[in-house]
Order: sequence, then structure tokens, then C-alpha cells
Amino acid sequence: MTTKTKKTTLVEKKLIGLADIVIQSAERSKDPTFQIPIRALSNVSFNERKGLIEMGSKKQERSFFNVGMAKKFMQTVLVADALSELQRADLTTSLREIYYRTKHTIKNSHENTFDTQDESDPVIEDLEVSLTALREELHVRAENSGSIVGPVVFGDDGDRVDCSKLGKGGYSVPSIVEPEYLEIRRCTADFLLLVEKGTQWNRLSEDKFWRRYNCVLLTGNGQPPRGVRRLARRLHEEQRLPVYVLVDNDPWGYYIYSVIKQGSINLAFESQRMAIPKAKFMGLSSADPERYELPRNVGIKLNEKDIARAKELMNYQWFKKPAWQAEIKRMLTSGLKYELDSLANKDFQYLTKKYLPRKLKEKDWLD
Amino acid sequence: MGKRKDSASEPDSKSSAPRSNSEPAAKKPAAAKAAERVTAVEMGARQREISVSEFFTKNRHLLGFDNPRKALLTCVKEAVDNALDACEEAGILPDVTVNLEVVSNGVPVAPSQANRFRVTVTDNGPGIVRQQIPRIFAKLLYGSKFHRLRMSRGQQGIGISAAGMYGQLTTGKPVKIISRIGSKAAAHFFEVQIDTKKNEPLVHENKQIEWEQPRGTQVTLEVEGKYQKGRASVDEWLEQTSIANPHVKLVYKTPEGETKEYPRTYHELPPQPREIKPHPYGIEFGMLLKMLQDTKSHTLSGFLAGDFCRVSPQLADEICKAAKVSPEDKPRELKGPVAETLYKTLQETKIMAPPTNCISPIGEKAILSGLYKQIKGEFYTAVSRPPAVYRGNPFIIEAGLAYGNRPQDQNKPQQPAMPKAEGEHEEEDSELARVIRYANRVPLLYQQSACSTFKAVLSTGWKNYGLSQSRGALPGGPMVIFVHMASVWVPFTSESKEAIADYDEIQKEITLALRECGRRLGLFVRRRERAASEFRRRNIFELYIEEVVEACNRLKGGTLPKQKLKEQLQKIATSRTGGTKTDQALGKTGGGPEGLPHSIIVTADGVEGETALATQVESDQGLAVPPAEPDLLGDTTPADEPASKENATKKSSRTKHLPKKTTMKSGQIAIRAGESKAKHPSKSAKTAAPRKPK
Ligand SMILES: Nc1ncnc2c1ncn2[C@@H]1O[C@H](COP(=O)(O)OP(=O)(O)O)[C@@H](O)[C@H]1O
Ligand SMILES: [Mg+2]
Repeated sequence: MTTKTKKTTLVEKKLIGLADIVIQSAERSKDPTFQIPIRALSNVSFNERKGLIEMGSKKQERSFFNVGMAKKFMQTVLVADALSELQRADLTTSLREIYYRTKHTIKNSHENTFDTQDESDPVIEDLEVSLTALREELHVRAENSGSIVGPVVFGDDGDRVDCSKLGKGGYSVPSIVEPEYLEIRRCTADFLLLVEKGTQWNRLSEDKFWRRYNCVLLTGNGQPPRGVRRLARRLHEEQRLPVYVLVDNDPWGYYIYSVIKQGSINLAFESQRMAIPKAKFMGLSSADPERYELPRNVGIKLNEKDIARAKELMNYQWFKKPAWQAEIKRMLTSGLKYELDSLANKDFQYLTKKYLPRKLKEKDWLD
Repeated sequence: MGKRKDSASEPDSKSSAPRSNSEPAAKKPAAAKAAERVTAVEMGARQREISVSEFFTKNRHLLGFDNPRKALLTCVKEAVDNALDACEEAGILPDVTVNLEVVSNGVPVAPSQANRFRVTVTDNGPGIVRQQIPRIFAKLLYGSKFHRLRMSRGQQGIGISAAGMYGQLTTGKPVKIISRIGSKAAAHFFEVQIDTKKNEPLVHENKQIEWEQPRGTQVTLEVEGKYQKGRASVDEWLEQTSIANPHVKLVYKTPEGETKEYPRTYHELPPQPREIKPHPYGIEFGMLLKMLQDTKSHTLSGFLAGDFCRVSPQLADEICKAAKVSPEDKPRELKGPVAETLYKTLQETKIMAPPTNCISPIGEKAILSGLYKQIKGEFYTAVSRPPAVYRGNPFIIEAGLAYGNRPQDQNKPQQPAMPKAEGEHEEEDSELARVIRYANRVPLLYQQSACSTFKAVLSTGWKNYGLSQSRGALPGGPMVIFVHMASVWVPFTSESKEAIADYDEIQKEITLALRECGRRLGLFVRRRERAASEFRRRNIFELYIEEVVEACNRLKGGTLPKQKLKEQLQKIATSRTGGTKTDQALGKTGGGPEGLPHSIIVTADGVEGETALATQVESDQGLAVPPAEPDLLGDTTPADEPASKENATKKSSRTKHLPKKTTMKSGQIAIRAGESKAKHPSKSAKTAAPRKPK
């Protein structure tokens, strides 16, 4: 617990530092200005050796006495204030609650501090990157929306949670899974399978796939939230579990995989703690429909957005490997995308009984 | 007053009013059974005189009596027009009172429900000689203005008698007149009606009475009508009249018992327009034939030189030569193709434009004064164009603008901010400009979209001047656009005199005047916007400073010297947003005594003639609150006058009453404080907001 207190103090200090910038600038009749690292493709680089996306050093200035930035500046100070309140009270909260906490009508005006949550969320991300504090350290949690099942035992607030004894529903992954909140007591699995969608995770859990193949099944219901990614990373790092990713065969699926593997562009600085450079792409691959004889009529025509997105992905440095170029090109050539659900066309249990066993047997995955 | 001729001898070329009843009657087509053949004898049996009342009933819409509401306005208008014409012609500053009363038969009715009204218009004009009174008020087509080319409100000698006729037809009541031509003469009271068969007056009552006024005329009409405020109402017409005639003191007693006073703010009569002879370009062939018959000259060249303007004897000979007629020919004998050739030659010969002293524009300063008096705004400007000519008729176009909201209206106490939920936004204003149109100083309230003035407003690119404007629409914003056409003959689209016809020359002049107004407005709007955006910026900063300081204080655990931080930040804000200049430009620094409204006026003489006008005290509910001095002082100095002299003139005009006929250059007529100053000597000490040194 001592570490926790120490860390909190550090974050709070950083937040108070923002107030100091304002005070000191005012003292010197200078325009108060924050330096905020740029969260965009232009300011990330792919570290090939580490297999991670890393944030560059480009920064943007956010000044108070600049008409275009004044409001953002004010909002930044307000969010910093709300975050420091969380620190002092040792509470965690959601992005949405921060929005409501900081929203009010400015005195003597008809103007709101924030009009929608779309204005407050990026300010929180700005603070994460400028203070190099993880969202968890800022006590902001994402929604709980992940599930885990398999031979792994956690300690959660002193409770022992054995994920092999929780039926087919499994354990709901908390949004903050740092060691001081969640302890991994024991894990006997051989690998971890991260499934994009809840439907397939449910199927595998119901079929007790994890027991037969001695693995941990994890899902984040779509783009995996931070808690799920961080837990996968911890199991990979601490328990040496290889990680396999199972997603739809579409550009969005590729992107989910790349975020799990290399980290996100938006919050690249978190890659250090979140990314799993050794994660493998199990499927669906654009080669699978042929190999598993999925009929063409269960495919979906790529729309313009899909095509543009796929082409963009091909340009990312981390998709430059020839196998990946071939994978994406194959999808573009076929003009079709396939959902994991389409495997049910063959049999409801095709995923459990045929697809995954054959994949594992043939070691048929992409890196 | 001018000479009068019997209208019976003059066919009326312009109006569709009937020729006099002594002339052969118009033929009526056999309408009943179209298929049947009718003999000349049968037709002859039906051919008879049309009585004026019959004519009037059929054509009342042509004369402005289409419906009860408009009829009431027309009655007021005819009487007021006459009063103003008469006063101006006699060189008297007009004092006119309009009294509108509900006539009820015992049971009191609300003005909005009433259908019968008594209209009484009283003036301090020259009065009317006793013998003429019956014919003026009870004989159609009898007047002093038709037979001459001179600018006036009335033109056709049909106005007041038509109103009397309308009253007679709708209520059966006679017209009552009191008139007195001077303090030494007696006041005469008349009650007259029209003999509708003969178009001759019937005198019911005629006596000498005691009258409190030393001079002037009072007309009382009882008519069927409808009183409804708003657009095209009596109230609007009188208000607009007062804008274009700031030399008039107008008192209006409304049917609701309210007294509205429109004070005189301009103490100089408009210059007397001269009478002119017709210009050859302005006549039609038929008119030429008639002139050839009527002329007193015995030779053609004498006729041309004597009956037209701008035709010298020498030019007359040249015209005759070109038309291959002898200058010695008798005008009366010129007929047919020969006359036609003469007409063509007249139109093709290069003849100097007509003299323009026959029209008297309102003048830029008077327009400013009128607009300022009646319309609350921040910016006023006015333009009088030089005289121009259409079809041989000289005319002058004048335009003006009143723009914006007075500062005291802008600073309405802000409503306590109602917190806005997600997705809610501030409502936006979509007010459009208003056009007020005038012909010879008379407001035109109907048929706006058919009017040349309105078309010119629409086709002006107001976006160039910093206003919003959708395609083919009026510009947006709080603005009144004033357009006046002054001419010896205003070309109306119809007899009801509601819209000015679309001559290219007229359009062009209106457009030029509007553009000049717009250009000046553009300067003003841009300057104000610059200041306002600086102010808005600072305003934003000031709003946010509060938030930032509070948040910093909480971050620092509540130990911050908040006031100090706030002041430091405010100082930075001010230094980054134009500083005190913004305050000044927006008029936020001190409004002077009595919170003088921040008014800026640009006149033609000044590039950015910035003038602060003294406050206009609202005259409320018949309280005889005198108007404060709307001092148009501080206008820029004309280039040809040394500044010091100019100032001296102004000073004297401010401190003492100049005799009525003081000669001043027309461009620099100072608007003097009226009687109000004598009653409130303290006021004269207060001057308008300080003038910027040039
Ligand atoms: N209030 C008045 N004071 C003096 N003269 C008047 C007044 N009202 C009318 N008149 C005279 O009566 C004439 C007829 O008036 P009106 O019928 O309105 O025709 P118009 O105004 O077109 O000439 C005017 O031309 C004017 O000479
Ligand atoms: Mg008249």
C-alpha cells in the first residue's frame, strides 16, 4: 500500500504543477502556456527492435490568451482540478463522470464549460500524455466490459477469484488491473486467446474449449478496453503465456490486433505498459475462407471506407512484413470481409471443434 | 397662392378622372345582351353623362379608397398633404394637428372595432379665401397645382374633395371647414357637400366665427373607416411623414386618446421650388398638339421659345428649319404629319437639361435629423444626389440609413443565464431591414415590391458593406433604409400613387445613392466590428479568468491570493486585446451627461464625420416635453470654409435664435434648438459629447 500512496502524491504534484504554471506566468505578465505532446500519427514512430509504437517529442502549445485556445486552456485547468480531487479523496471514476463533474455554466454568461463529453475526453488524454501519467494512475477507469475464464486465480480486494470455477460467465475484468488492485496468484494455462467478440467467447466458454486446450479465454467485446489489454499483457509478461488474437476478417479486426500488439497511436506512450509485441494473429485470415471452404455468400462486400482503411493499414510500418501485405492485399482482391460468426454457417460448434483445433495444430497464425 | 383656372377647360392627360361634366359623356358599351344588335338610336338613348359620384364609386380604388382602413389613411393623407403644401408655399413653418376620433351612435366602441371616424386636420398655413372654400372642398378636379410644373405633394386637384366625397357617400355628412387668412380677417366656417350630379359645391352653412388661431385652416371629415395599427397605418404614415419633414411640428391625437408629438427638429423651411415650363423631352405628342392649340404665341418660333424651357429663339429657328416648317407659321395651323415631324425633331434635337431649381430636396442634414428623431440607431447617414432628368423631368434622389441599436437598448440587463443542456444553442436574430419610401416628401406605404426604390434596395450588394443578405432579399440587420424621390412629376405606376415606376435614370440614381450610404455604413460597421471582436475576445478571457483562478485555487488547496492572480491575468488580457481603445470605440467609457446615446453620423462632407448627438427626450403621452437639442454640430467642415469661421457660425446658431430667413449655405444649415431652449435654459449649457479633434 505504501507504493500506492507514493504514486498518488506524484500524480497530484504533477496536477498542481499546472496551477503553478498559471501563477508564475501571471506573476511575470506572461501568457500561461501548457506544453502538450501531440497525439497523432505525425508524432509516433515504430520501434522495430521493441516492436512498439513510441511517442515522439513533438509538442503543441496551449495558451490562455489566444482566442482559439482560451476555452481549451480553461477546460484543461478544470479537468486537472477534478483529477486532483480524485487523488485527494482516493476515488476512481469514469470519463463520463468527469464530464459531469466539470460541467457548469460560466458565471455571467450562457456558456457551458463543456457542452459534450467529446470535449472533456480529449482533455483527459492530453493530461495523460503531458503528465506521463496512466489513466489508471489518474484514477479514471474505463467501463468494465471484458470477461475472462480459464485456469487462473486472482486476488481481488482480498477475495480469491478462481476463473475455472465461475461457470460459463467467467470473471468480469475490472478496468484497473494494476498489481495493487489485482493480484495474479496462480496460472497454469498454456496460452491466452483474446477473442474480439463476446459471441465467440461465449461459444468457447460454453464448450469448455479452455479446459480441453488448457488456455485462458479473454474478450473485450470489440476493441478491448485498457483493463483487458493490460491484463493480457500482465499474463503474457508475468505468466509467460503466448497470446493469440481472434478477430473478424476486416480492416477493423486488423486494427484491433495491431493495437494489442504494438499499441495505439493516440496514446502511444502507454505502449510500454500495454502492448504485447509477441502477440499472434490467429484469424480470421483472408486465407481462411478458401482453406476452410467458407462459401462466398457468407462474405460481406467491402465498402469504400473498408477499402480506404485497408490501404491505410498497408502503409503502417508495422504492417510492412510481406506476410501482412499479402494478407491485406488478399482481402482487397477478394473484395469481401468475413465475420467470425460466419463460421456458424458450417456448424454451430465449428469454431470450437474444427477451426481452432486445426489452426493450433497447423500453427497457422501471423506474426 | 397661384392662379386658378377652371378645370373644365383643361382635359386631364394624366389622371383617369372624368373630364368635366360639361363635356360629352363617355360611351358605354352595350353590355347586357351582347348577341343582340343595337341601333344607334337605342345606343343614343343610353348615352348620358356619368355623374362624379358614379365615377367615384367605380374608381374609388384608383384614388386610395379601396377599403375602410386605407380610406381612413387617404383622408388623413390628403388633408395633411394640403396643409404642408400650403404652409411651405406661403413660407410658414408648418404646425399641423391631426385628430382622429371614433364616432359612435351613443354606445362607446373601441377604436379597433369602430367603423366611423371624424378626421380633423388643423394647420397654421395661409388660409383660404372665402369664395374658394366651397369649390376646393366640394368640387372634384379643382386645385392650384395641376397646371404648373412645380414640385408639390398634391398634383391633381382631386385630393381633398375626393376625401370629402368619400365621407359624403359613406356617412352622408358634409365637410366642415374653418379658415382664416390673417389675424385681421375673420374666420369663416363652412359646411359643404358635392352636388354629385353636377360636380358643384352645395353650401349648407357659412358663417363668421371666433377662432383661437390667427391664421390657418381646419378641415373636418366624417368617414367610414377602420383603425388598425401596424403596417400601412395612419400611425405609420404620420411617423414616416415626420421623418422626411423634420421642419414640421406634428401633433397626432389617436383614436385611443393618446397624443403623439413629433417635434420640429429642423428649423428651416425647404427652399421654395420654382415653377418651370415643360421641357421638350418631357411631353408626349398629344400634349404638343394641345399646347399648339392653347398657346398665346402667333408664331411657331415664338411658341417654341416661349412655352418650353431651355429653348432659345435661336434654337427655336433651328428646330423649325430641321422640321422643315417656317418659324412664322401659326401654331394653331400645325396639324397631322407636319406636327408629327416637329415632335420628332424636338425629341432628336440636343437641348440642355431642364433647370433643377423647380425641385427642393429634403437635404442631407434634415434627413439625418428626421431619422435620428424617429429611429433609434447607432449610425445615421444621408445622401442627396445631384439633380438628374428622366424624360425631360428633373428629379433628385435622396437616400438615408439608420442602423443598429442604441447602446442603452443593447445593454438590457442580461437575463439570468438559463443553463443550456447538451444540444441546445443560442437563438439567432433574423431581422430584416425596413425600407421607407417617399415621393415629394410623402410616405408611400403600399405596393412596396412594385416600387423602383425597393427594387434598387434589393439589387444593391449589401454584403459589400458588411451586412448579411440572401439572394434577392432585403439586407439583414437592424436598419431602416430611407429613399426619397423629389420631382416636378413623379412617375407613379398607377393613379393611386403608391409605387414609383421603373425608369433607368431613376433606378441608376437610387442605386448610386444607396451605394454611397452603404459605403459609409460599411466603414462604420467594420470599425465597430473590429472593436467588438476585440471586446468579445477580452470578454471571453474575462469569463474564463474567473474559472481558471477558481480551479487553480482549489488545486493549490485553497491557499491562493485569488484577487491578485485575477488582476494579473486581467491585465494581460487587456494588454493583448487593444486596451482602452476598445472601450472607447464601443462607447463603454462614460456616456456624458444624461447618458448621451452614442451616435455616429457620417455626412457627405466628412470621410468619417463622427458626431455625437444630444439625447432625444422621449415625448410621452401628450406631455409637452420639449425635444432636447438634436445638435448636429461637430460635422466636418466643408473644404472651402476655414474651420474657425465655420465654428463661429455654429456657435452663434446654438446660442441665439436666428431670424427665419437667415441666409446660410444650404449645405451647412445648422439645426437649432427650438423653443425648448427658451423654456429650459439649463439645457443649452449642456453640449453633446466631446468632439474628436480633427
Ligand atoms: N389647408 C389648406 N390651406 C390652403 N390651401 C389649401 C388647403 N387645402 C387645399 N388647399 C387648396 O386647394 C387646392 C385643392 O386641393 P386638392 O383637392 O387636395 O388638390 P391638390 O392638392 O392636388 O391640388 C390646393 O391646390 C390648394 O390650393
Ligand atoms: Mg391635395
